[in-house]
Amino acid sequence: MMQYTRRKLVQKVMFSFSVASAFIGISVLFLILGYVIYKGVWGINIDFFTKLPTPVGVAGGGMVNALIGSFYLVGLASLFSIPIGILIGVYLSEFGRGPFASAVRFISESLTGIPSIVMGIFAYSVVVIPMGRFSALAGTFALSLLMLPIIVKSTEELLKMVPNDLREASLALGIPRRKTIIRIVLSTAKSGIITGIMLAIARVGGEAAPLLFTAFGNSYINWRPDQPIASLPVQLYVYAISPYEDWHQKAWAVALVLMGIVLITNIVARLYARKK
Amino acid sequence: MNKDTLFKWLTALLAFIILLLGIGILVKLLISSRLSFDVFGFKFIFSREWDPVQRLFGALPFIWGTFVSATLALIIALPISIGIAIFLSELAPIWMRQPVSFIIELLAAIPSVIYGLWGLFVLAPVMQQWVEPLLGKYLGFLPFFKGYPLGVGMLTGGIIIAIMIIPTISSISREVLSAVPQHQKEAALSIGMTRWEAIWRVMLPYGRSGIAGAIILGYGRALGETMAITMVIGNTPSISVSLFDPAYTIASVIANEFTEATDELYISSLIELGLILFFITFTLNVIARFMLWRMKRFEEVR
Repeated sequence: MMQYTRRKLVQKVMFSFSVASAFIGISVLFLILGYVIYKGVWGINIDFFTKLPTPVGVAGGGMVNALIGSFYLVGLASLFSIPIGILIGVYLSEFGRGPFASAVRFISESLTGIPSIVMGIFAYSVVVIPMGRFSALAGTFALSLLMLPIIVKSTEELLKMVPNDLREASLALGIPRRKTIIRIVLSTAKSGIITGIMLAIARVGGEAAPLLFTAFGNSYINWRPDQPIASLPVQLYVYAISPYEDWHQKAWAVALVLMGIVLITNIVARLYARKK
Repeated sequence: MNKDTLFKWLTALLAFIILLLGIGILVKLLISSRLSFDVFGFKFIFSREWDPVQRLFGALPFIWGTFVSATLALIIALPISIGIAIFLSELAPIWMRQPVSFIIELLAAIPSVIYGLWGLFVLAPVMQQWVEPLLGKYLGFLPFFKGYPLGVGMLTGGIIIAIMIIPTISSISREVLSAVPQHQKEAALSIGMTRWEAIWRVMLPYGRSGIAGAIILGYGRALGETMAITMVIGNTPSISVSLFDPAYTIASVIANEFTEATDELYISSLIELGLILFFITFTLNVIARFMLWRMKRFEEVR
């Protein structure tokens, strides 16, 4: 057995390391947040939210195309994946026994671990190739694929937390199964499901990889689903890796806006869940 | 048919979509990479050539870059993540635990492109001017730290991914540690172990299956990470032992070259790379889920 003082020393060293780790984690976060705010805040003005991007070297301009594009893509993807995701979650939690449900659960969980760029390739080969061009629809499809398994999983877990007494009480009153599920079970778990949805939205809102060769990009505002569309993450990437200094400046402003939207959504969702 | 049954079948039908998607992704990737597989066969995996002009495509530099960068990230992230998990479940005062874990988990919410931007314009210059010259000076006798400090390269890439996977590993490990029954810890302390020994020799081994799951999950995420690594790894398909040298990962080459690839064989080769990435991450995920599931079942049995 080691000397007691030595064992105490080991403890001290290890505990200090543990405290230091937490400190590192927190400081890295604030370092990144702080730097993005510091560099980006100068580029934020009314023009940023209302004007189209200017060519290289021309001062001013904004990101309204990417801003609208991001909301468009995420909004449309939510429209598909939220109702479908919730209903699949209902199936898994309320009816899902047996091999079919296990298979669905397994595939769904596995899909959450597939890199988003692979989803991009899939969307490319099933939407872009048949259509013959990059399109908002393809981008929406890729984002939906990313959102769906997240919503399925959170819905299933939350519905399983609803006590069985509620279901039984409702059924005992003669309320049909489907109404019990919709009116009682789903509405009991409502706030949690909303949190799950918001987290999924925050997650895909920052994704660039699956949009690179699906939604592609666009220097103008686009509302048509069959045309390429800009988005904040892709615009940020293109500006960041460009060789132009003034584009780098603009990239920081895009980063600040994107980070603001994503983090606020994430924080609000988690605080909301905690309060309940 | 009664409306309740109808509702059940409607949800089941939608659930079937998930199955179709899973199978569809695999089948579609297999079909689209067929051309590349027919031309190169299994040589694709072992060939070092990546020359779109001569239509020669080999995956080895990308497979190397992917595994080395992810492994490096894991080596950096693992001790820090476990340290954070121990801090949050054992050391921190109760009032501090929730806010600190909340903040650490925010790291996972920052979009990948923003890590890339920060890595490219802040971390890479710091690495080039300070960290890499110092490493070269004092540890330059090791083959890992030889060569010219460029800033962008394997080491910077590894650090960026490490930051990104810390929240994944630390939050699952924290849950695993918190799930260790109190009596295990008390028994360890009562036979005269120090608090650290109780953690290191009793609590961590008790939760090893769950922590292994957390590690594999983090590793899978590191392998598939795309935007951030693309911006800082240097994007050069070479195989070098030195961590200062630029490299290339599977996800990065797909992100960079997919829209430029006009040749059918070129696209097919990129898709085959995607298929390889799909296989690797899928397998790791299955293993990780199994480990976490075993941990949970063990909990329930007890």
